[in-house]
Amino acid sequence: MEKEQIGVRTKKEQRRRLWIQVKQNKEAYLMLLPFMLLFTVFTVIPVIMSLPMGLTDFDMVKYPPTWVGLSNFYNLFLNDSIFIKSIRVTLVFAVFTGPLSYLLSFLLAWLINELNAALRVIFTLIFYAPSMASGVYAVWQLIFSGDSYGIANSTLMNLGITTSAIQWLTDSRYILTVVIIVQLWVSMGAGFLAMRAGFQNIDKSQYEAGAIEGIRNRWQELIYITIPGMGPSLMFAAVMQIVSSFTADIVARNLVGFPSTDYAAHTIMTHAFDYGWIRYEMGYASAICMILFIAMYLANKLINRLLGRYMD
Amino acid sequence: MAADAKKLRASNRRAGRKIGGTVMIFLFLLILGAFMVLPIWLMAVNSVKPVNEMFIFPPKWYTLNPTFDNFRDTYRVLGQMWVPFSRYVFNSIFVTVSVTVLQCIFASMAAFCLAKVKFPGSRFINAVIVLALLYNSNVIYLIQYMVMAQLHMINRMSALILPAVASAMGLYLMRQSMTGVPDSMIEAAKVDGASLFTICWRIVIPNQKPALMTMAIFAFQGAWNITGGSVVYDESLKTLPTVIQQAAAAGISRQGVTMAAAVILFIPPVLFFILAQSQVMETMAHSGIKD
Repeated sequence: MEKEQIGVRTKKEQRRRLWIQVKQNKEAYLMLLPFMLLFTVFTVIPVIMSLPMGLTDFDMVKYPPTWVGLSNFYNLFLNDSIFIKSIRVTLVFAVFTGPLSYLLSFLLAWLINELNAALRVIFTLIFYAPSMASGVYAVWQLIFSGDSYGIANSTLMNLGITTSAIQWLTDSRYILTVVIIVQLWVSMGAGFLAMRAGFQNIDKSQYEAGAIEGIRNRWQELIYITIPGMGPSLMFAAVMQIVSSFTADIVARNLVGFPSTDYAAHTIMTHAFDYGWIRYEMGYASAICMILFIAMYLANKLINRLLGRYMD
Repeated sequence: MAADAKKLRASNRRAGRKIGGTVMIFLFLLILGAFMVLPIWLMAVNSVKPVNEMFIFPPKWYTLNPTFDNFRDTYRVLGQMWVPFSRYVFNSIFVTVSVTVLQCIFASMAAFCLAKVKFPGSRFINAVIVLALLYNSNVIYLIQYMVMAQLHMINRMSALILPAVASAMGLYLMRQSMTGVPDSMIEAAKVDGASLFTICWRIVIPNQKPALMTMAIFAFQGAWNITGGSVVYDESLKTLPTVIQQAAAAGISRQGVTMAAAVILFIPPVLFFILAQSQVMETMAHSGIKD
């Protein structure tokens, strides 16, 4: 009896304390308000409403959606061989583009930082430019065109390496490689720019102090001062990298068409696009996206652990 | 090369910099950069190539007879639409500027609170932001449409602007960057009687130029590419990318024109990028003092 009383009182006490804290931070809530209002309306609510969609059969016409339980997930893993294939493609794609573009972004951001101010802007622009050129897939189609007018083919034929044109974009042996190359080309994106900002944000006096304390070269400076100082930027870049590697489908769709020959570049996201916007099976498409989300969440956990020591 | 070396030496005041190393870095970046630029160069060249040079073997990387036919034709098709061309330009500029400005203001304030103020719910919101970044579902657009319909936003400019303002990516970028701001700086300002709002705008944000400008670049680029085909159907509300792509794909449908359209859409983000990045450079040069 006595114990319960205390329990109740502390709970009440906790609630009162919480209220006091809330009141103390009135200004913070006010400053959060404009962003959080829009964020809730246009992101949080749609996300929450979309969560149960994977458990339904929804064709965008019949409303409300029919509840089907876990059958979408059973079908995905047991009856949908193309989905199984798309998991493989996504993993190959993520393994090749993810770590490589992350390391390349970091390396380039660092090397650019070693130059003077004007050159920094120029080189940052050069490496980021592919991310800004939204209509550039037409050029890549020209480069990997299947006839002998294609840049890749004509170069190889002129050099005598091949004698006839290779069907880069329709031969299932080459498709995934070509898509990975182009994906790497556009991969100096958000993460890369964030890392550039991270490098620029490091206090110059730290470098001066480091020089006095016996930092002897670029490497030591990078390892002892720069990397520990930009942990949060590295984390941001990692999250962006996960997103862009796992959800990549735009490059493939624009370059090798949809669907690609033998589903050679058919990622999980492409599969979701297929069911969502071609067949209008929104429930099924939602289930696909849900699985992808779980995979990305796990990847994020893993990277959090890896980068954990650089975080505060 | 000698002039370059001299220029490079300016950045070489820090510990253990050898000029040879810096030149090597420069050359490495130059070679890799050339490969990166190649497709974009090709895009530019093909947009001014005359038709008879388009399909010669082997394909050429340059043209001696540049022509602006493709741009002229794109403009002619756009000029024939029943909404004046300037209207699309205005729409695009209006949407892009609104999104960029509002996002910079709203996300900076929110990021500051999430990074530097411990309040009930801050951990929860921080977690939600990352989850929102990772969650990617094509059903969301559908539900967003339903939400906008409920708010009577369909076929209004606000349908293009407001959803783009609350970008989880922009907020997360700023938040991550602001965690590096020393607490002592904020505490000192608090002791002096500054409000959170003042601390945020007078002390923290001016020190966050690199991240702020990066967010502005993302916002600008994202907003510039907004097509909004599903939430806006009035011709007079459409943006430049929508109509240029329409004209290039369906109106003229010629390879050079596709390239010309790509070039036109590519230029404004690049200009903004240069503007924003040189802004960062300037602040770094003038006020290197932090902490």
